Amino acid sequence: MTLQITSGSKAIAWTAANCGIEVVAAYPITPSTVIPEELSRIQPEHGYEFIPVESELSAISAVIGASAAGTRAFTATSSQGLLLMTEALYNASGMRLPIVMVVANRAIGGPLNIWNDWSDAMALRDSGWIQLFCKNKQEAVDTLVQSFQIAEQTDVPVMVCFEGFYLTHEVSPVEIPDKEKCLSLLPPRKPKHTLDPANPELIGAFAGPAYFQKYKQEQLAEFNNSMPAIEKAAQDFENKFGRKQIPLIEETSLQDADYAVFTMSSLAETTEELVETLRTQGKKIGTLRLKCFRPFPKKLVAAALKNKKGVVVIEKDASSNDQGSLSHDLKEALYENNVQLPVLSCVCGLGGKDVRQKDIERAITELAQGKTETIWL
Amino acid sequence: MPETQTKTAAPTKPQLFSKGHGACAGCGSAVAIRSILFNLGPNIVVSLATGCMEVVSTGYPDNCWGVPVVHSLFENAPAVASGVTRALKKRGSNAIPVVIGGDGSTYDIGFGALSGAMERNEDMIYFCYDNEAYENTGIQRSGATPKYAATTTSPKEVGGKSEWKKNVSFIAASHGVPYAATASIAFLSDLKKKIEKAKAIKGFRIITLFAGCQLGWKHEPSLSIEVARKAVNTGMWNLYEIENGVFHRTVKPKQIEPVENYLKMQGRFKHLKPEQVADIQQRINANQTELDKLETSAVNLSKIL
Repeated sequence: MTLQITSGSKAIAWTAANCGIEVVAAYPITPSTVIPEELSRIQPEHGYEFIPVESELSAISAVIGASAAGTRAFTATSSQGLLLMTEALYNASGMRLPIVMVVANRAIGGPLNIWNDWSDAMALRDSGWIQLFCKNKQEAVDTLVQSFQIAEQTDVPVMVCFEGFYLTHEVSPVEIPDKEKCLSLLPPRKPKHTLDPANPELIGAFAGPAYFQKYKQEQLAEFNNSMPAIEKAAQDFENKFGRKQIPLIEETSLQDADYAVFTMSSLAETTEELVETLRTQGKKIGTLRLKCFRPFPKKLVAAALKNKKGVVVIEKDASSNDQGSLSHDLKEALYENNVQLPVLSCVCGLGGKDVRQKDIERAITELAQGKTETIWL
Repeated sequence: MPETQTKTAAPTKPQLFSKGHGACAGCGSAVAIRSILFNLGPNIVVSLATGCMEVVSTGYPDNCWGVPVVHSLFENAPAVASGVTRALKKRGSNAIPVVIGGDGSTYDIGFGALSGAMERNEDMIYFCYDNEAYENTGIQRSGATPKYAATTTSPKEVGGKSEWKKNVSFIAASHGVPYAATASIAFLSDLKKKIEKAKAIKGFRIITLFAGCQLGWKHEPSLSIEVARKAVNTGMWNLYEIENGVFHRTVKPKQIEPVENYLKMQGRFKHLKPEQVADIQQRINANQTELDKLETSAVNLSKIL
């Protein structure tokens, strides 16, 4: 393992290259631009094919073609780029192609905004992709390695989400997983179906009413059964690299807490630090951080929160239903598991707005006072 | 012997596109696909755009294709094929990457992806089966629909389509691709020669195949080949190739017939007034003059960049 002082984007590019990717297709968009830039620069060292396509739709489409043809294929994007890919994203998961994509999360216009929030990934939450939200650069890098294993073992594509700017542009020390170790976890792809003239197969059939729903039901069942593979990949990585991994959820000071803060991504570092401070003041607050947003580990989340007096959800997107998407899913998980407790959605950080610890603290106070109407921090 | 009765029309090799596809009787595009695959042979990988030929041939659990096929969307086949091309290269395969799309995906919705693949000079052969409308969705106008033709979105009530047809081969040539050609289902030996030539060239090659739709063009299914031949004989469709930027006609009728002979075969032109027929004739005459000038001029289109 090599310790590097570098940006999140470069760390991602170097790690993807170390994972033995064979075809990369990408289109630049802030804040993920440096990923394809760096992948084009270091291409001669690694020998993968780099396709500088003319749009994000073509980026994901080229990756679909490369993956259908049996290779390990990769792309990265953000925001409008992710939404431009939408049609093909559903296609990739429906075709059961083990594509891995890094998403540097950014707001969706309008108004035009290039800064961070989760609106892009949340818009694609039902696209049939596994979505892993990473807390920091190191976790993003480590998760990327695991994602190729997860995708290739489940035939479900994986989106590795990490915060645009906060993590893509942050320059700090990060361990880059060695290529040799990565490849020992990631043997060459052996696809069940591919495009071989010696054994001609059709990938991407037309399915009428007699087959379509049955197919989607089976696809979704396998998607929801992918959590063991996510846990296995984390364990394998931990064994190989000796660094603790979080596959699904992470609890911090949660067990004896009265109130919980539920969040994802780098916001977890903000809330965990706050919780540490509050604990020194004798306030029994804990954090539950969701790493695996899709599939949503409903039982685990409900079990972790069941004895709490209430939950504050700190989330960087707003659905049309006057709360964040994370709150929707949390409420569903609690309801399905017979856990009744007040949930307060705190929409914050949209389009790069600062999220301050004192605002989160205020939200916890409001929840303790019985408030459950969505607040905008 | 007429062009249509060449040896390729009675193949002895195993069919790579057969097995009971669901295309209409007299479907020109099915003839096109069958001929393309027959001439290319089995060592290819097809990226297929959504459209008539995809819908009639890939309905699960059936599959009419004797070659590997990947189908993703309507507008992204050239990009999918770019990924396939690079994957085959990376894995050391000698299979030829091929794209097959209709005029909807080629001229219109997938035009950006096509332009990108051409600009990158991806090493593939692109085939457009041009039936001059969105026939699959019920005969709507496309960028390939000829002027005045009635479609369901350019109906006779408004006088048919009000714009001229695009020329995708010249657009391709402007990208500097090594080979851009037109072809017709009525001239299969011409198509065969072009495919053989394309196979021997590296880089992006595009063949646009005039392949009618009896349903949309409104003529008897038995007349599909006759209509296609008449298109060439009247100069409505011209057979040529642009090789490394140099234009060359491959089939040139000795005498251009009046376009009316072509138009009157099809219901889509039934509403035309004499002045509209004259407008088309004038356009054809001017086009023939310009093509002749181009052919004798030695202008290299790939140098005009």
